[in-house]
Amino acid sequence: MATITSSDATPVAPSREGLGSRRRRRENLAGWLFLAPDAIGLLLFVAIPMVLALGIALFEVDSFGHYDFIGLDNFQRMFGDPMLWSSIWVTVKYVVLFVPLSFVAGLGLALLVRDYFPGVAIVRTLLFLPNAVSLVVVGLLWQFLLVDKQGVLSKAGDKVGLDGISWLGDPKYALISYVLISVWFTMGYQMLLFMAGLKDINPEYLDAAKIDGATPWQRFRHVIWPLLQPTSFFVLITSLVASVTGLQAFDLVFVLTKGGPDNRTSTVVFYVYQQAFTFGHYGYAAAITVILVAFLMLVTGLLFRFTKGGRFHAG
Amino acid sequence: MPADTTVRTTSATKSRPASSAAPGVRRRRPRAKKALRGVIAWVIALIVFFPIAWLLLTAFKPSAETFSSGWPKDWTLENIRYVLTEIDIKRYLLNSAIVSVVVTVLALLFHSMAAYALARLRFRGSGFAFGAIVSTMLVSLPVILVPLFLIVRELGMLNSYAGLIVPAIFNAFGIFLLRQYYLNVPKELEDAAELDGCGYPGLYWHVILPLSRPALASLSVLFFLANWNAFLWPLVTTSDPDLAVIQVGMASLQGQYATAYNYVLAAALIAVIPTILVFLIGQRWLVDSMKTSGLK
Repeated sequence: MATITSSDATPVAPSREGLGSRRRRRENLAGWLFLAPDAIGLLLFVAIPMVLALGIALFEVDSFGHYDFIGLDNFQRMFGDPMLWSSIWVTVKYVVLFVPLSFVAGLGLALLVRDYFPGVAIVRTLLFLPNAVSLVVVGLLWQFLLVDKQGVLSKAGDKVGLDGISWLGDPKYALISYVLISVWFTMGYQMLLFMAGLKDINPEYLDAAKIDGATPWQRFRHVIWPLLQPTSFFVLITSLVASVTGLQAFDLVFVLTKGGPDNRTSTVVFYVYQQAFTFGHYGYAAAITVILVAFLMLVTGLLFRFTKGGRFHAG
Repeated sequence: MPADTTVRTTSATKSRPASSAAPGVRRRRPRAKKALRGVIAWVIALIVFFPIAWLLLTAFKPSAETFSSGWPKDWTLENIRYVLTEIDIKRYLLNSAIVSVVVTVLALLFHSMAAYALARLRFRGSGFAFGAIVSTMLVSLPVILVPLFLIVRELGMLNSYAGLIVPAIFNAFGIFLLRQYYLNVPKELEDAAELDGCGYPGLYWHVILPLSRPALASLSVLFFLANWNAFLWPLVTTSDPDLAVIQVGMASLQGQYATAYNYVLAAALIAVIPTILVFLIGQRWLVDSMKTSGLK
């Protein structure tokens, strides 16, 4: 294929030019035909909805499919919507707690299970297993474990001095419970990503540091940590995006607390769902999403700049 | 995973120059420290596993023992039997199976076709198409939920298998992963088949597809799990109870059986079994694809 190009055929052999361009046309056609199903599907079910969100945000849409153009009213409405601000605040708190906690847990586990010990494969599987379970089951299961005064973890808490805490029912503790459950769910996945990153570190660097008498902490601080930057960056961005607009920000909230108590676990994504599918305010819901995406892109862009795509050199 | 690791460690050791002192240093590392690390890892793993173990146990406890600690005193299949007979869970399981399998098969077919075009064929606009496809990888479902719902409604696919299946097929990640894989297939294999008179469909079907079995296997595990565990999209796109998938069905049990956790957990156990089976069988492939996704 590569040998037939337009230039080699032009003056010498006209017949070959015909063959070449027919061939090229055929390849062109084949290329687009093979691509067509996915291209059309992605256009219709991903790209167009993405653009459409902006358009819908300018309309009042009701459940019967009537569209009324209302300009920027939906965006204006956000300013006077305390529930929206409360859900933004919940999301911010969630991100600030979840992202670092799951990062440290994932990295710690990866360092712990990267070398051989008896049963290492089983240990890794057990650590990853929560991630294979659906968020609905995770929500139901933890609800059961944390039932007031009866759930096995509530009872265990009573024994260690955390008596009578309603982990999911008390506004003071609901968000932290949601964060910890999310960490339980996610850390195995992040562990895998970190393990892959660790695997790419040349062991000779670590051995050299060891010979120089570096303590484990120094080896981590000066060898592993800098070389792990690309992985860390990837984990950071994905867990940031997941905690703001991911499924765990919806599925888990829906099953675990339905946003309660006192809206303390109502994330922005959950609020968008409620506005659209409980109250039928599709336009307003779309407007919130638009702002959310703009914000995420801004944060991701800033992170990217700050860290030069996670590929900055240490020290 | 296990084999993978052992191989990795040994090959790393072997690849070190013989003159290096490193292997010696490694051997001199205190055994006790290593054992301690193993013990800590085991303890953490068991703590992490505890909730799932508790789910397994509770599903087999009689309702009177639901909140009792420890081993069931009377093992019972009553919860499972109740869920299977008194609740339409078989219907939910069937719906989930249909959706997950159909989405997985169609997604693998379409993604491998697209990836073949992008990796192996030269056509006008392929660079643009690839860029556009990769950029859609940044979009997650909650972000496009509302407009997607409105589109699917306009297409008249609400409350149908089509509405559950079609929008779930398309994701750029699968195309991206397969394309990376196809880029490494040696050209000579195609050339040989082409000399034998194979056209592009033949090359795709007889050369590329058989060669990509490992990549397809890992993606099929990933897609099956993602669709079996999907909740948000099925929740908004179906209201007909006959179309409820297992996750939606379970969430609805939550309200009906607010305090009967023994039934809810028995349903959860049934919902989790296929996940765990697929995960354990396909673990190795799944892990490979996740690593690739993380490293790009």
